[in-house]
Amino acid sequence: MDFSITEEQSMLADSVSRFIDQDYDFERRMSIAESDDWFSDDVWQAFADLGLTAALFSEEDGGLGGGPVELMLIMEQFGRGLVVEPFLANVVLAGGVLKRAGSEKQKAELLAGIMAGTTQAALAFAEPQGRFDAADIATIATPDGAGYRLSGRKALVLNGGAADFLIVPARTSGEQADVDGITLFVVPSDAKGLTRKAYKTVDAHSAAEIELRDVLVEKSSVIGEVGRAYPVLSDALDDATLAIAAEAVGIMRTLHDKTVEYSRNRIQFGVPIGSFQALQHRMVDMLMECEQTRSLLMWAVMLADGSDADRQKAISAIKYQVGTAGRHVGEEAVQLHGGMGVTWELDVAHYFKRLTSIGILFGNADYHLDRYVALS
Amino acid sequence: MHVNFSAEELRFQDEVRTFLRDKYPADIRQKTDTGVPLSREDYIRWQKVLYQQGWAAIGWPVEYGGTGWSPVQRYIFANEMANANAPDMVPFGVKMVGPIIYTFGNEAQKKRFLPDILASNVWWCQGYSEPGAGSDLASLKTRADRDGDHYVVNGTKTWTTLGHLADWIFCLVRTSSDVARRQEGISFILIDMKTPGVTVRPIITIEGEREVNEVHFENVRVPIENLIGEEGKGWTYGKVLLQHERTNIAGVARSKYRLTRLREKIMQPIHGGRPLVEDANFVRKMAAVEIELKALEYTELRTLAAVAVGKAPGPESSLLKIRGTEVQQAIEVLFLEAAGYYALPYVPDQYVLDLPVEDRIGHGSETTTSLRYFNNRKASIYGGSNEIQKNIIAKHVLGL
Ligand SMILES: Cc1cc2nc3c(=O)[nH]c(=O)nc-3n(C[C@H](O)[C@H](O)[C@H](O)COP(=O)(O)OP(=O)(O)OC[C@H]3O[C@@H](n4cnc5c(N)ncnc54)[C@H](O)[C@@H]3O)c2cc1C
Repeated sequence: MDFSITEEQSMLADSVSRFIDQDYDFERRMSIAESDDWFSDDVWQAFADLGLTAALFSEEDGGLGGGPVELMLIMEQFGRGLVVEPFLANVVLAGGVLKRAGSEKQKAELLAGIMAGTTQAALAFAEPQGRFDAADIATIATPDGAGYRLSGRKALVLNGGAADFLIVPARTSGEQADVDGITLFVVPSDAKGLTRKAYKTVDAHSAAEIELRDVLVEKSSVIGEVGRAYPVLSDALDDATLAIAAEAVGIMRTLHDKTVEYSRNRIQFGVPIGSFQALQHRMVDMLMECEQTRSLLMWAVMLADGSDADRQKAISAIKYQVGTAGRHVGEEAVQLHGGMGVTWELDVAHYFKRLTSIGILFGNADYHLDRYVALS
Repeated sequence: MHVNFSAEELRFQDEVRTFLRDKYPADIRQKTDTGVPLSREDYIRWQKVLYQQGWAAIGWPVEYGGTGWSPVQRYIFANEMANANAPDMVPFGVKMVGPIIYTFGNEAQKKRFLPDILASNVWWCQGYSEPGAGSDLASLKTRADRDGDHYVVNGTKTWTTLGHLADWIFCLVRTSSDVARRQEGISFILIDMKTPGVTVRPIITIEGEREVNEVHFENVRVPIENLIGEEGKGWTYGKVLLQHERTNIAGVARSKYRLTRLREKIMQPIHGGRPLVEDANFVRKMAAVEIELKALEYTELRTLAAVAVGKAPGPESSLLKIRGTEVQQAIEVLFLEAAGYYALPYVPDQYVLDLPVEDRIGHGSETTTSLRYFNNRKASIYGGSNEIQKNIIAKHVLGL
């Protein structure tokens, strides 16, 4: 048992933290969020320069060899800075699939571009009817000549508007919700028959609804084994769940700190509102939620390289915690700021909105509590 | 003890239903059903329909144009309005300033202001809160200094709901600081928003809409005949107003309606997938909220019954406000959870533009659930925050 991090890991955390403090203040973040762009190219390039886009890939693949600890450190800072750039979609989701199942050629062509920050990617992990079940896939891939023909709909494809290519899970056999029979395909976003409706999300990230109508792809576009992609998909989604849990921890701590600070400075009835015990206890509850969530996060990070069953259980535990404690901390932060808490102008509202999205992404608290029970 | 309506009450219920079916404009209903904000014109058009029917001012005495309805009739009316998803009257005129004027105003003021409030000819807004005076309202600083037959008003009001649509604002202002208690130097005045020196600036709320404003007063000259009652007594008048706000404060009928809609919604298959009603977790949570709401409904009915036999409403209204807003917020959470991933897209325009369903992101109005959830965090903050309401109960009920 060891909670310490290496010197290199601490340097990584410092470099991201410094970037947030120096180059990504709330004003900058809001100007990106409110622009017509999906995110800032400059910031993305800066992430590549800092080595973040390559941090989580093995040295054989050309990456820097980081793992779950690095993921946690980066994402927690992104939470603190409320970063809207598509790290999750590119590096954790699309990159997570490619590093696990991509061929040498796919890695050289696609993963290299993600690591260099020159290619934008997305994983189409959800369908409109599927709610949070990644195996519920009605998109069909039928053999067609030397390749496949894809038809179906994908929902909330993160970074779908900016992506140069998509990774599309489709069914090559089996029934709609079977875990067997799922195959992953690389589809260029300008493929014939592919239409996308891109939009910003309530947390100023972006996504797209994607429709595939008889989209033709070659056999070489298959990632991994035909019909056996679910474990790859599921593991990449678990990484992503861990990532947003770490982001949530960064956000929760920030909201807690900002609330305590506000309560010191806001005067009503001639005294700081932080002097009211009714509010002090509420802020103590927030602090306890933050600490408990951080503990589960660290547990999940420590198990991330362990057996599938332990790892998945820990991921569901932390995501359940993020869903419940995150909502509590977010709502309390807003409430204790009074009217200011519900204004667009104040950062608190935007942290709260991102926390709310995180609560839903990759399965809400109910979903993960059920999964935890099923794995127990 | 029984829960049945009398034959007469049932006839009244029919009358309200028929009226709503025939007179509630379909285009406005379509907006309220999809969550599109109503325009000023929409509100006024609908309120004038209620006025024509004689139902604009439910709680006013009959002599000023009120209905004289019993508590049960009001309860029935509130339920039918909610079931038709018909907007309530914007409260600032008819529920807030109107009662102050008929209770404390002079004859000239009643003649001048009440008919236009009743007929929705003049839109009012509420100027109480200030940047430095929220929960601690008595610390307000906006000054009104006497200059001949005028007051000269200087200061800033904030959080003014729909102030950008308003013609007049009623304000609590400081007319004297030379008093023993801060509350004593406060007066209640009416200000025409077109007076030179009044500026209204938007405050955008969390979900991205303009709902509230900051209102600045710079040497605004207000005739002294716009003072209500006595100088320095505004605080007591304001308190009376808070009691008028108590009717419907819990929003029980609206919450019942929302839960009914949610129940319908979860029976539908999600985009061709399984209906949410098969998810036991969700159904149990919904039932728990329903039970809390039923308790609240009966708490409210008990309060109304006590008022009907002449007991003054007391701090029960604080209980109704706290629990009422908690239930409203719990319902927003249920809608949010029911929407799944479709709570995330930020596409408010697709309803305003009235895009055909197949061109929308998500079906129905799932993408508005998050916006409603965010926006409705305000309910436990405004109108005296829930913390302040608990302080009131602790002091006046528990005697602590
Ligand atoms: C959407 C919206 C619409 C509004 N519309 C209007 C309007 O039309 N007209 C108008 O005049 N005002 C309006 N208000 C203002 C509203 O009444 C105030 O926001 C409210 O009184 C709280 O004041 P505040 O925002 O300054 O918060 P603060 O008073 O600064 O409170 C901050 C936090 O401290 C808590 N707190 C404060 N004092 C105590 C205490 N003694 N004990 C325990 N906790 C305490 C509060 O509950 C809150 O959680 C509106 C507000 C909102 C958000």
